[in-house]
Amino acid sequence: MLLRVEDLHKRYGKEEVLKGVSFSLDKGETKVIIGPSGTGKSTLLRCINRLTEPDRGRVWLEEVEITSPKVNINRIRAQIGFVFQDFNLFTHLTALDNVRLGLMRVKGMSRKEATERAMAELARVGLADKANAYPAELSGGQQQRVSIARALAMDPKLILFDEPTSALDPELIGEVLAVMEDLAKTGMTMLVVTHEMGFARTVADEIIFMEKGVIVEQGPPDQLFQCPKHPRTAEFLRRITDLYGGTR
Amino acid sequence: MNLVFSWSWLPKLAQGLGLTLELTGLSMALGAVLGLILAILRVYGRGPLYPAYLLASGYVHLFRGTPLLVQLMTIYFALPTVGVRFSPVGAGILALTLNTAAYQAEYFRGAIQSVRAGQMQAALALGLSRLQAIRYVVLPQALRLVIPPWSNELIYMVKGSAVVYLIGVLELMGQAKNIAARTFRNFEVYIVVALFYLALIFLLTLILRAVERRTRIPGLGAASRV
Repeated sequence: MLLRVEDLHKRYGKEEVLKGVSFSLDKGETKVIIGPSGTGKSTLLRCINRLTEPDRGRVWLEEVEITSPKVNINRIRAQIGFVFQDFNLFTHLTALDNVRLGLMRVKGMSRKEATERAMAELARVGLADKANAYPAELSGGQQQRVSIARALAMDPKLILFDEPTSALDPELIGEVLAVMEDLAKTGMTMLVVTHEMGFARTVADEIIFMEKGVIVEQGPPDQLFQCPKHPRTAEFLRRITDLYGGTR
Repeated sequence: MNLVFSWSWLPKLAQGLGLTLELTGLSMALGAVLGLILAILRVYGRGPLYPAYLLASGYVHLFRGTPLLVQLMTIYFALPTVGVRFSPVGAGILALTLNTAAYQAEYFRGAIQSVRAGQMQAALALGLSRLQAIRYVVLPQALRLVIPPWSNELIYMVKGSAVVYLIGVLELMGQAKNIAARTFRNFEVYIVVALFYLALIFLLTLILRAVERRTRIPGLGAASRV
């Protein structure tokens, strides 16, 4: 088991966003979390690498308890990639420097080593020719691919994707999903929050349906999409199909 | 009215100009270091750093809330009564530094806070420590954003440094006062001095614009909207 989440709770003021979430992820597995907005999906991801501190519950990455106060959280975060909804590329750095920063400052690579590695990752997401472009000079889809390259370069044990295509124009979504699909195929362990049901159906090993801070149901995509066990799941899937006209 | 200028004023005025530059340059540089530390403490001073946050905030309020002149007089005339003595130039640099640090702290704080929160989040998510994130991600952006307000402060300080003539420092204003008292050519002397300030500030403005242009990055700050 690569990642284990146990009874995670998080409260913002009066509102309890996570009400005891538990699940696990095996090496090489891709799990997709779906569910209505405001359900705690993003909070859940952010609690896993403690960008948000959970109130209660525990998280393990392999044998290490991430939620232990004794853990060096920087060292843990370096092993967990995080891809944000709005990319969050470093505005003042070129694509190449965005990917190099972690390699040089966290992994302590030399400039030469880091450059080679970063260029390889940019090539992997099809953006080697944009190495010297600043984020503002790239399209949203390109920015998101650079941010995936930035995560990949760190050799993470898993990557968390927080609605990676939600901020993109529709015609740019495909290029990002294609990169993610390739990753899943090459055996990267991925936990993805998304509204892209087509991606969920074809790429995920398992779907987690979350609502109001709890996991309502989880299972393989075929089972969950075709015969959901829980009426709330069926209801959500029907609404999202109405909204997006089925799989994209 | 018959205006009379004299080349004989120039050496003294040039000397004064040199001292004005020294006072402004030193206090702006030292004030930038102190101001940056204050700003970082005011933005990030939480948890165990909370006392430092309070101290930094108190400092900024104290030095922005009292006149520079009062600060100068306190340092030069009041501190010696408790045994702390400065030369006029020393007292001048100290007062100007402490004063501009408070203002610069506010400009730096504004710039740091206008760097989007996601930048820090992304840096932490990569495994950078908070200090590294500030050093490599937040500050490079904030320091670019701060150039326009910082330029304002520099220009203000070039002129504001003139108050130290009141404790007998012979910078540009002090020299002018002396020449005017000796020659009774008040009008002419102050016109010349005004032109000195004007030229100096014009030059500094050009330099800072060039710095802003050369450090500009697409997508960062107001300049990118052009």
